[in-house]
Amino acid sequence: MIFLISSFLFLLIGSLLSFLCRCEETKKWMALGGVMVGSVTGLIPAVFVLAGKGPLSSSLPIGLDLLSAFFLIAILFVSLLTALYSWGYLKGEPHMTVYCTFFPLLVGAMEAVVVARDGFLFLICWEVMSLASFFLVTAEHETPKVRHAGWIYLIATHLATAFLMAFFVILFKKAGSFAFDDFVRLSPLSASLSGILFLAALIGFGTKAGIFPFHVWLPHAHPAAPSPISALMSGVMIKTGIYGILRAFTFLGPPPLWWGETLIVAGIFSAVLGVLYALMQHDLKRLLAYHSVENIGIIVIGIGLGFIGRTLHNPILQLLGFTGALFHVWNHAIFKGLLFLGAGSVVHATHTRAIDRLGGLLKKMPVTGTTFLIASAAICGLPPLNGFISEWLIYVGLFRASQSLSQLPLFLSVAGVVGIAFAGGLAIACFTKVFGVVFLGEPRDPTIDGVKESSLSMRVPMGILALLCIGLGLYPQFVLPVLISICQQLDPSLLLTSALNETFSSLSTISIIFVMLLILIASLLIFCRFQLKSKIIRKALTWDCGYALPSSRMQYTAASFGEPIGTFFRVLLKPITSSRADHFEEHVVDLSERSFFAPLFQRANRFLTFVRRQQRNRIQDYLMYIFMTLVILLLWEVWFGI
Amino acid sequence: MDWLIVGIILTSFVMLGASRLASCIRMVALQGALLSILPLLAKPSFWDFHGLLLFVGSFTIKALAIPFFLFRSLKEARIKQEVEPVVSLHMTLIGGGAVLVLAFSSFRFFALPTAPFPSLIVPAALATVLIGFLLLISRTKAITQVVGFLVLENGVFLFGMTLLSDFPLTVEMGVLLDLLVGVFVMGIMVYHINRTFDHIDTTVLSKLRDIE
Repeated sequence: MIFLISSFLFLLIGSLLSFLCRCEETKKWMALGGVMVGSVTGLIPAVFVLAGKGPLSSSLPIGLDLLSAFFLIAILFVSLLTALYSWGYLKGEPHMTVYCTFFPLLVGAMEAVVVARDGFLFLICWEVMSLASFFLVTAEHETPKVRHAGWIYLIATHLATAFLMAFFVILFKKAGSFAFDDFVRLSPLSASLSGILFLAALIGFGTKAGIFPFHVWLPHAHPAAPSPISALMSGVMIKTGIYGILRAFTFLGPPPLWWGETLIVAGIFSAVLGVLYALMQHDLKRLLAYHSVENIGIIVIGIGLGFIGRTLHNPILQLLGFTGALFHVWNHAIFKGLLFLGAGSVVHATHTRAIDRLGGLLKKMPVTGTTFLIASAAICGLPPLNGFISEWLIYVGLFRASQSLSQLPLFLSVAGVVGIAFAGGLAIACFTKVFGVVFLGEPRDPTIDGVKESSLSMRVPMGILALLCIGLGLYPQFVLPVLISICQQLDPSLLLTSALNETFSSLSTISIIFVMLLILIASLLIFCRFQLKSKIIRKALTWDCGYALPSSRMQYTAASFGEPIGTFFRVLLKPITSSRADHFEEHVVDLSERSFFAPLFQRANRFLTFVRRQQRNRIQDYLMYIFMTLVILLLWEVWFGI
Repeated sequence: MDWLIVGIILTSFVMLGASRLASCIRMVALQGALLSILPLLAKPSFWDFHGLLLFVGSFTIKALAIPFFLFRSLKEARIKQEVEPVVSLHMTLIGGGAVLVLAFSSFRFFALPTAPFPSLIVPAALATVLIGFLLLISRTKAITQVVGFLVLENGVFLFGMTLLSDFPLTVEMGVLLDLLVGVFVMGIMVYHINRTFDHIDTTVLSKLRDIE
């Protein structure tokens, strides 16, 4: 516990000192040093707890059980690497003060959110987290687009917090205190009350996590933020929403069937629509942001499956669903962190996020390109990487569900399989587009030159994350016991059956196959090299295609990749195209933004304009509003008793 | 002690009904004086040091200093002597009566220990706060705003009285300081508005509205 508290102290001191000191270099040292030291000290107790040393508790309203420790490791590990990465990234960047002040604060707030054991503390930390990330998103506030993104994020996150406040206040009214332990003792709650609480938690935490249709802030905020911050936000901050969902459900008692069903439906929509929109993007980081929506969808499908398993007392579904979801939390933190760091390197080197202006970067940035490729394969769920394992667990769970369930859950589990498979397929198309256009081929824009590989402190974190992608893919057994014990913590009545052990033991077969696959590929490569050694290798232009003088404009572009899919799903995506003989453009507007939030806010705006017209802007009027509110509250409290 | 509290309520009503600024200020001074006697009566012995200190402090500020400054700004700004209410004075008086009924009908639900004061003090405090609010709402001139704010603060001070035995000095000093700051802010406002627009009507502030 002393480690945990000192970790907070390091982060806070780092934030404060970097705010106070003047010199830019000192600022950087203070902030990044604070994050590194704080992360390492915070990782120590988390690793101890996960290693089975028992949960930590203290007289303060903070504690560290398996679930918290699991998320804490992801948060602090990604923060540590992001801090290391920022060392190189911040060279020559403006906005040092904002970045260096709020970066440690964001890390500290995320850490506090997962260890808080009191509803009030939780909400405060949640707000600090939201505000710190808001300031980081708006770091480059000179651009109007960034400011716009900042506002969208601020509104979305505060709407979410409003639902969370309702959630915690209702629990407080029932339990008489804000302590999580008292909340747990409440169950079972009445069906209607727990249903309301479930929906409040789903909307509140789901907005942070980016579940469809509450994901609208993600594709705006992630591209606006500096890349290491996008990595942190997309990699781990949105996972606090998942943590919140899991933690909230420990308060609500045994779930009815419709909770799991709702979660699966939400998950399928997030996964499929997330990847469809990702395919249509032309902005590298916006595309990655939509992939976060997709992956959160996969995680939510896993959680929903776990809930259905719990309702129907089916330990296999429960375990497979929860382990898959939790494992995907780690995996997504790893590969999405890596992808955003890679995107950051590209943006740092070329100063553009437009995919169609990039090209041929693999030759100039080999490390960034290779690690980006590994992460892309991992996010598509391709073997032998970590994304495959977690998606495989969820797949197996869904297949098991389709064997043992009936009626609506059966339909949903089949739909889940189809949904994840569909999303996975489109994800491959999408990352083929990204990697193909950005890293392969020839440079498209002659104005972008002097592209160099990023500095060592930026390459090292990317390398570590890429190794982790491979390592967790080859040896998932390392994490499995931890995941199973977390599931047992979520539901103490959970029993491990033999069928389950069978499923998990098949993982070791998988890892053997993976190793063999890797050896096969490696030996093939060596063989090819060996074969080619004696021959003359002629280097030609990429995309030559038999033309005598190919120009870089003949290459496939991001729009060319997206167009067929956009046409195929035009009912859903409603792409806006403009084409001439030599020019083609295609844009999409988000479905939930287009048909849910935009009309909602337009109506709100119309109504509020009406209200604003009514006001005469006199102090007396405003005082009267306060007076009326006071009197009404007084009457309410006195005569009805809240 | 009841007569003091009744006196406080009555002075607020006089302020609600008064049509001249000067009488408003005089009444707020009287109310401050009545209030400042209260801590003296709280202690069994009349010459208790703490009570005496509080009496001297609040009497100087509430009954002497603030009315003096208000009179001075009244003279310097050379404003008209009328109150200029938004709604008629009768209406505000009726409103004050309604507020009083509300306060007295609901005070049973506040489980506040009021000893050594009579239980009357809680509804009186509530009524004073709400009447202060009414004054703020129904008057336009900046000086009457200050008066309304003072009445509101007096109500808070009355509430504070009930805590006198538990948190003696801190609460009271906090209240006084708060009051002082508030009056200074308002005073600056009065001065400023007077200089800029040649009168101290707060409705002119509506020129700052954002949409037309």
